[in-house]
Amino acid sequence: MSQTNGISHEDEGIDYSDIEERYRVEQTEGFDNLLVVDGVPIIDKSKLEKLVAKISKEFSRKGAKISPENITVPFGDDGKSKGFIFMEFKTPDEAVHALTTMNGVPFDSKHNFIINRFSEIEQYANMDPVYIEPKFEEYKPREHLRAWLADPQGRDQYATYRGDDVEIHWHGKPSNCEVQYERPNWTDLYVAWSPQGKYLATLHRQGVRLWGGPTWQPIQRFAHPLVKLIHFSPSEQYLVTWSHEPIVVPEGALQGPQYFSPEDEGNSIAVWDIKTGNLLRTFPSIPVTGGDEAVKKQGVVWPAFKWSSDDRYVARVTPGQQISIYETPGMGLLDKKSIKIEGVVDFEWCPLGDKDMDEINAAKSGAPGKAKKQPRENMLVYWTPELGNQPARVTLMAIPSRTILRQKNLFNVSDCKLYWQDQGDCLCVRVDRHTKTKKSIFCNLEIFRVREKDFPVEVVELKDTVTDFSWEPRGERFAVVSSSDPNLGNAGPGATIKTDVSFYQLDRGRGDFKLLTTLANRTSNTIRWSPRGRHVVLATVGSTSKSELEFWDLDFNNEDLGKKDGPQEWGSGIQRLGSADHYGVTDVEWDPSGRYLATSASTWRHTLENGYAIWDFKGQELEKHLLDRFKQFLWRPRPRTLLTKEQQKAIRKDLKKYSRAFDEEDATEEGKVSAELIAQRKRLVDEWNAWRARCKRENSGRSKKRNVAVEDVDEEKEEVAVWIDEVIEQIEEEVVE
Amino acid sequence: MRGSEFPEIMTFRGSPSQGLSHSESNGEQSFLVGWIGHERSLTQIRYNAEGDLLFSVSKDQLINVWYTHNGERLGTYDGHNGTVWTIDIDADTRFLISGSADNTMKLWECATGKCLYTWEFPTAVKRVAFSEDDSQVVCVTEQRMGHSSTIRVFDINREGDGTNQSEEPVYKFSPIGSKATVVAFAHEPHLILTGHESGKVAVWDAKSGDEVNSNEHAHRDVVTDLQLHPDRSYFITSSKDKTARLHDTKSLAVLKTFPTETPLNSAAIAPLRPYILIGGGQEAMSVTTTSLRQGKFETRFWHKIFEEEVGRVKGHFGPINTIAVHPSGKSYASGGEDGFVRLHHFDDSYFKSKPYGDVEIDD
Repeated sequence: MSQTNGISHEDEGIDYSDIEERYRVEQTEGFDNLLVVDGVPIIDKSKLEKLVAKISKEFSRKGAKISPENITVPFGDDGKSKGFIFMEFKTPDEAVHALTTMNGVPFDSKHNFIINRFSEIEQYANMDPVYIEPKFEEYKPREHLRAWLADPQGRDQYATYRGDDVEIHWHGKPSNCEVQYERPNWTDLYVAWSPQGKYLATLHRQGVRLWGGPTWQPIQRFAHPLVKLIHFSPSEQYLVTWSHEPIVVPEGALQGPQYFSPEDEGNSIAVWDIKTGNLLRTFPSIPVTGGDEAVKKQGVVWPAFKWSSDDRYVARVTPGQQISIYETPGMGLLDKKSIKIEGVVDFEWCPLGDKDMDEINAAKSGAPGKAKKQPRENMLVYWTPELGNQPARVTLMAIPSRTILRQKNLFNVSDCKLYWQDQGDCLCVRVDRHTKTKKSIFCNLEIFRVREKDFPVEVVELKDTVTDFSWEPRGERFAVVSSSDPNLGNAGPGATIKTDVSFYQLDRGRGDFKLLTTLANRTSNTIRWSPRGRHVVLATVGSTSKSELEFWDLDFNNEDLGKKDGPQEWGSGIQRLGSADHYGVTDVEWDPSGRYLATSASTWRHTLENGYAIWDFKGQELEKHLLDRFKQFLWRPRPRTLLTKEQQKAIRKDLKKYSRAFDEEDATEEGKVSAELIAQRKRLVDEWNAWRARCKRENSGRSKKRNVAVEDVDEEKEEVAVWIDEVIEQIEEEVVE
Repeated sequence: MRGSEFPEIMTFRGSPSQGLSHSESNGEQSFLVGWIGHERSLTQIRYNAEGDLLFSVSKDQLINVWYTHNGERLGTYDGHNGTVWTIDIDADTRFLISGSADNTMKLWECATGKCLYTWEFPTAVKRVAFSEDDSQVVCVTEQRMGHSSTIRVFDINREGDGTNQSEEPVYKFSPIGSKATVVAFAHEPHLILTGHESGKVAVWDAKSGDEVNSNEHAHRDVVTDLQLHPDRSYFITSSKDKTARLHDTKSLAVLKTFPTETPLNSAAIAPLRPYILIGGGQEAMSVTTTSLRQGKFETRFWHKIFEEEVGRVKGHFGPINTIAVHPSGKSYASGGEDGFVRLHHFDDSYFKSKPYGDVEIDD
């Protein structure tokens, strides 16, 4: 089986022979249809006919048709054949085909065909017989791509993009915040981190580049001209790119596994392997039919492909028809066919929780001892709207087995949104339902508990329209923003929508979700949970008149976040820690440790007071930078922790011990900072004063105002004398110094 | 460090409808603003050398002069038929030079308000300045209708009544490339300092018209103001690129940068204290909502050496177009797009407070 670009030929029956034709080095005219076949049994003349017929048959069987007349067998003086034969094909194409299919194929137990082009024989014959040892390229150790995690102070990094400059910052204690790297014109469009922070992607006219390591060396590049959108797979193995321009392969374009070939022409989505930089496969984009204006304008629903969180599968939906799942690394269609689902609108993969990851790793390493539990199969959920007599439906399906695990019928559905809890424990289907008259919309939350037997479903009914929903990471709580504002959906400029924010929590005992509390009459439209749970920020984003940030703690009374099921009153632990305001905020993002929050106002949205601010989880402002032409703020993501559950527990237990050391460090730090600042200021003042002194000396010879200019000539002479004196003094001073 | 710790600044308030402004009765805060004198936005204000008078020019074609101690208007110089863009006063407060959109530059007698001489040009005069010894003035004209932006230096005949001036400039040259927006005499008598539309700052030899030195990237946008330190060894520029910068006159090296988040129209160096004052604001046409918040119509005080903002003074209802500091450093004035001149006297705490500890900083 021949492989091209790592894709097997069987894949959808595509014929790749024309690529091979393209890659072939141009030969001397006229001999292209001649092949020299070695490894043929040595015979005498009597067996010639039989042999030629056999070889011809053998070749024809593989589709390389050759008639016996076109086979020439040269004989030596001793009457024996020379062990090689010539073949003349009708066209060079056939010769190439024969070469690729028959080279190395066994003829009988002792003989294998070894085929060369006739035009190449001379080249091989004239080769220098002296073996020259190829030079080994010296191994250059690559920088560690995760070096930033080893920062002794445990700082996080973030990237900012302002004007044409991209900067990577360290963020830690005030004294340790510094720019780690900066580079003007690093990107043409924007920058993006890979999901575990290993790579920084920059977008250019020519394609995507990945950078990494402490000195930001180029790591990889993907030649997708005019690329607009990119999407990493969760384990950073693959990259999907999209350009609004269909792929064109111009004459004389670079060829190779890393570049587009003529087959890819007209497609606009490409999937790449990050480590090798090879192109895996390209796809046409599916024209956008429904969706909101922004999506239509963009011309693609992004991400177009959704990855399962172990990177094994990537899937996309053709709305109304099917879900196509492709298997990595070959990018072949799973089971060679898409899953046909009439009416399907959207789907989501179930994320793998830490537990699943551990199980997968254990299964991989083949840990000895205890009977391993088979890791949970990948799972996806999709929904279909009402079709004829069939009600709307949400379906959970296991992949690759395609078993339907659970199906639930829904009625009066106008739209559904699918939200997985990040550990893959729960699934919330937000169902926008209309009343019989279709006049008003209300909302049901259908919550599937997928770790439990038979996938029990709870329904939370809400009277209002839900505008945002968010699970607590690693938690059993969620927050919803709902609104009954009549202006919702057609708010004029400057109008602010009134919203309510509600928190719900799973009641373990009763097995359903119960309202913790509702914060009424807000303007918040965005929920941002801390990546470690417990803390949540409610923000009013994208409004011209309101820009409030509220910092909430959901376990305020609970010192130890390990146990959540204390006897305390339901919802009593919810406490507002602080509130703040960042005028014109467009983006709100927690750092990966959940200690800091960054808010930014990007010039992509508006041009008022662009810049960013960093807050602690209590809502204290730590830094604020007003920077015009500020575009992007991105925390660098961190990979999953390597510590086991037990280790984490041990650390939490000894937190007091550790924190003492840190407190001491902070105290010394503080003293150092102010000392440093004073020294810095002193240096600045000294520099300035020295410069001023120099200016004054240089100026002293210059005639002053008009009054001075008309002064007596004698006096001027005196002045000159004084000036010389001064110069001598200066020289002495310098020597002493 | 912002605002609150900064010494409180006296604000002079007054009724815009009255010709005179008055001292506040409580004595600690004196007085005025809202001088009725101007009906349109201010373009430039200047103190005279003694600091007892403040001259202001505006788009309403008037030049006004005010007593700085009480804000009373002393008089008006009437004669221009277009926006008066610029003004300068000699060290004796004898002559006043003004440049206008009516394509003329006029020399006035300060004391009487008499126009002594008028020079005519093909285009508007954007900036005028006396030389250090007051024997010359430099002016820059607008680039328009096929005429390039031109810098001319005239000798000022101080003999007699001042009406006998030469019509022809002693030196005249047109910078190639981006037009000059502001101009002044540099540290040497024949050297001219310019700020340009492109953000360039340059020094020219007036005699030959050659560029002696330049910093192409001093700013990224139009240079809107340029004010020299009294000894002309360094100067401050403001720009629409939202920064103000201190430059060394000799090398044109940028000494300090003061970044803000609003386009700047003016910057001034405060004597006595190590501060600089900058003002500006988003222009009305680019403000999308009516909130004052986005305008940033405040005079900001920055520490000259540490490049940190130390305080702000509010008051104007529109962008601040021009700022001038009293030669003694005891007060300052700002002129706004709103047509008001606001005169502020610094109170004691401004001089006594040491927000950065005990540091001796040369002026």
